[in-house]
Amino acid sequence: MNGTTRMPLLQAEALCFRFPGETQGRDAVRHASLDLFPGEVLAVVGESGSGKTTLLNCLAGRLAPREGRVRYRCASDEWVDVHAMPERQRRLLARTEWGFVEQHAAAGLRMGVSAGANIGERLMGLGERHYGRLRDSAADWMSRVELDAARIDESPRHYSGGMRQRLQIARNLVTRPRLVLMDEPTTGLDVSVQAKLLDLIRLLVARMHVAAVVVTHDLGVARLLAHRTLVMQGGRIVEHGLTDRVLDDPQHPYTQLLVSSVVAP
Amino acid sequence: MYIAVKGGEAAIAASRALVAAARRGDPALPPLEVAQVQAQMGLAVSRVMAEASLYDRELAALALVQAQGDTVEAAFLLRAYRTTLPRLAYSEPVDTDGMRAQRRVSAIFKDLPGGQLLGPSYDYTQRLLDFALLHGADAPATEAAPQSDPHAATAPDDIPNALATLAAQGLVERCAPSPGDPVPPDITRDPPKFPLPRAGRLQMLARADEGWVLGMGYSTQRGYAHSHPFVGDVRFGAVTVSLVPDELDFAIEIGEVELTECQMVNQFAGSDGAPPQFTLGYGLVLGHGERKAMAMSLVDRALRTDEFDELPEAPAQDQEFVLAQGDNVEASGFVQHLKLPHYVTFESELQLVRQLRAEREARDDGAAALQALPAQPGEHGEPHGAN
Amino acid sequence: MDLTRTTHTTPHADAPVEGYNYAYLDERTKRMLRRALLKAVAIPGHQVPFGSREMPLAYGWGTGGIQVTAAVIGRGDVLKVIDQGSDDTTNAVNIREFFARTTNVATTTRTPEATLIQTRHRIPETPLREGQIMVYQVPQPEPLYKLEPRRAETLALHAVEDYGLMNVKLYEDIAQWGHVETTSDYPVRVNGRYIASPSPIPAFDNPKMDHMPALQLFGAGREKRIYAIPPYTSVQSLDFEDHPFTVQTQGHACALCGCTTSYLDEIASDDGSTLWTCSDTDWCEQQQLTQGAAR
Repeated sequence: MNGTTRMPLLQAEALCFRFPGETQGRDAVRHASLDLFPGEVLAVVGESGSGKTTLLNCLAGRLAPREGRVRYRCASDEWVDVHAMPERQRRLLARTEWGFVEQHAAAGLRMGVSAGANIGERLMGLGERHYGRLRDSAADWMSRVELDAARIDESPRHYSGGMRQRLQIARNLVTRPRLVLMDEPTTGLDVSVQAKLLDLIRLLVARMHVAAVVVTHDLGVARLLAHRTLVMQGGRIVEHGLTDRVLDDPQHPYTQLLVSSVVAP
Repeated sequence: MYIAVKGGEAAIAASRALVAAARRGDPALPPLEVAQVQAQMGLAVSRVMAEASLYDRELAALALVQAQGDTVEAAFLLRAYRTTLPRLAYSEPVDTDGMRAQRRVSAIFKDLPGGQLLGPSYDYTQRLLDFALLHGADAPATEAAPQSDPHAATAPDDIPNALATLAAQGLVERCAPSPGDPVPPDITRDPPKFPLPRAGRLQMLARADEGWVLGMGYSTQRGYAHSHPFVGDVRFGAVTVSLVPDELDFAIEIGEVELTECQMVNQFAGSDGAPPQFTLGYGLVLGHGERKAMAMSLVDRALRTDEFDELPEAPAQDQEFVLAQGDNVEASGFVQHLKLPHYVTFESELQLVRQLRAEREARDDGAAALQALPAQPGEHGEPHGAN
Repeated sequence: MDLTRTTHTTPHADAPVEGYNYAYLDERTKRMLRRALLKAVAIPGHQVPFGSREMPLAYGWGTGGIQVTAAVIGRGDVLKVIDQGSDDTTNAVNIREFFARTTNVATTTRTPEATLIQTRHRIPETPLREGQIMVYQVPQPEPLYKLEPRRAETLALHAVEDYGLMNVKLYEDIAQWGHVETTSDYPVRVNGRYIASPSPIPAFDNPKMDHMPALQLFGAGREKRIYAIPPYTSVQSLDFEDHPFTVQTQGHACALCGCTTSYLDEIASDDGSTLWTCSDTDWCEQQQLTQGAAR
């Protein structure tokens, strides 16, 4: 499952983050550490305000921690400090080896241009200059995420929420990233749409050997997608381990509370 | 036979003659004297000086006369002239607390040291057109000018800053230089680089178009920002200008300029390490321009989002939007440049539009032709378009 | 080619305008401009900020071009000024007059005789040669501004060579229209690195910029940016391999000289018919002279 290498792909060490204007002692993320291995899916669960999205943004290099660091192992096997590296390099990684699926697809897509343009953008950024090939790739990816390729010239404004998320996934995966961060990728969608989308994500991630960090407040999502799960409360990681173990045999009182609060179907 | 259009130079010369005649107006009337405009249209003169960022009442009056009263055109004239002037020195910062004020009011105190000095202002007039002015008669108000009243109290020389006591109690933020006291940028010399520090923003606001700044300031009062402003101190009068010449070690006074200053007080709830206190917005313009100084102070405060951890949500809080578009010399030039010939670029657009229309027609014709074909038996019910 | 016809105008009998420095700007300002120009030439296509001054012509009417010309013009120069390809349009007349008054320099309408050409919206049809300088008047130096109005953001995009916005726009144009729908100010890639605005010249003129023997300088006064393309630099109009940038001919001939290869102005005649004439008036005159001499 982890391939031949046991070297992590992403490492966070004792991350602390505080929002500007917050009073002392109110860190949104406190001493968070984690290792992520190639091809592994890690879920970060907790209630609203637990700091999980903030942690994700720190991992992505969008928020700078006031303590601790995040290191990423590039395709060349070189380790880089996500926050210390030059802006140019970080932007390049964000378009190639990384992906970020936003909770609200409109934030992760260009709503003013067509689906084809959305998917083709990263390829063009890598130097693809053949319109026909771009279009074919875009159509191909639309099929893979189960979107009707005939709608390639439509703007995502005309798509439903579920379709937009599929488009966002295609836009991110087209460069075969090694790491994808997802912020509540299915929240807010209809239950049946969620289920289908989760299946799709699970399939693609496994097939493409992508490492992923999925933030969710829904334990069912964690169970379906993730090999390992972290539980956050008040900015701290209070428990972590194999997903089944954490959810079936929770050790920390907060985890126990979370697990027992799930409404039985 | 078409002859290529020539004679641009002659047409231009004729146009210039016409505008000179328009400026002079009816030759039967006496020509407008620059000195008259300087003395009797002081507020227009102030506005031109402010937006030209050049203090010279006479030249501003000249520009107004030359521009037929168009203040934006006059500011442009003066700015173009300013370009040719060498920069001799930088003055010492002016001390507005030591202003020889003709007028000073504060809205946050009923009375205060230095008093409420009403001075010359339209604020206390009723806006009724005075038809006596049509006949050249002197307005009755001039007979009761305060200067001629021997019983009027003389204005105190020093009117302390209204916020002094509040500042001493720590209730109002201290006006202190930024950490390290960096040399302020000079936006008249170097292109503004966004995000600008406060000094650069104030410079751009000081010479921005009054209408634009007024609109932006007004927007903060109408809900496009969260502000609770109060006029702490608004004053107008003469301020000494001094500088330290290279040859001497001390400052010498070189003259006076008239300035209008506004300190606007806003509320703020404390943050990490900063107890709650009032924050300030600042406005300063050349000449007499209270409306501009007050609007400027509202916008200044709105733009200080980074200092107070405010989310820049309103247009008045977006510095690139507010400052870049506020310069009326630039704005007027670019808006009006649309009158310049653009027929070459327009021709290329025409070409494209014609091409696209032709392609669409060809497509539609092709589609229509396809539709007109008789349907194959068994595919549809009736043959389509059977005739 | 008729070489006997003199086309230099004699410098104005009047002395340069009283009270002003040579070419109007003071020497410190010229120095500031020249430093910016040197930086610009060293980094082809990169926009260099400069302290643009108010000039006696309005912002938006060529102050950037005027400042660049004023910084490089010298007593030995021969100046040509065109607008829409013609020496006789009002803007060209005004600017030429301004330089004649402030420098006493010789002016010309003949492209081959000019050492310095200031232009608005066209490149002359006569190929330029080494040693000539083209100064373009630029209203909007930022090719991305319609996609991203914030200056701070476009600065970052250029710095990290992140041209995703532009790529997406081009793809979208092909998808919606089958063509790139930009017909003038068509973005170019300079020296394989920076995407730049060629100024609002028609796309027809873009190929002339590639490996041009003359030095190309661009001045945007209102936006306060200068950029440059050194001689013999690669300038590629953005396109796709399978939708290459092509120049569309208008399919007409000039009514005055018969030329079919130059850019033509379309003029509506009083009788309702359409007349096509060369936009480049100097070129047209030369064609007519050549034909006249040949007869």
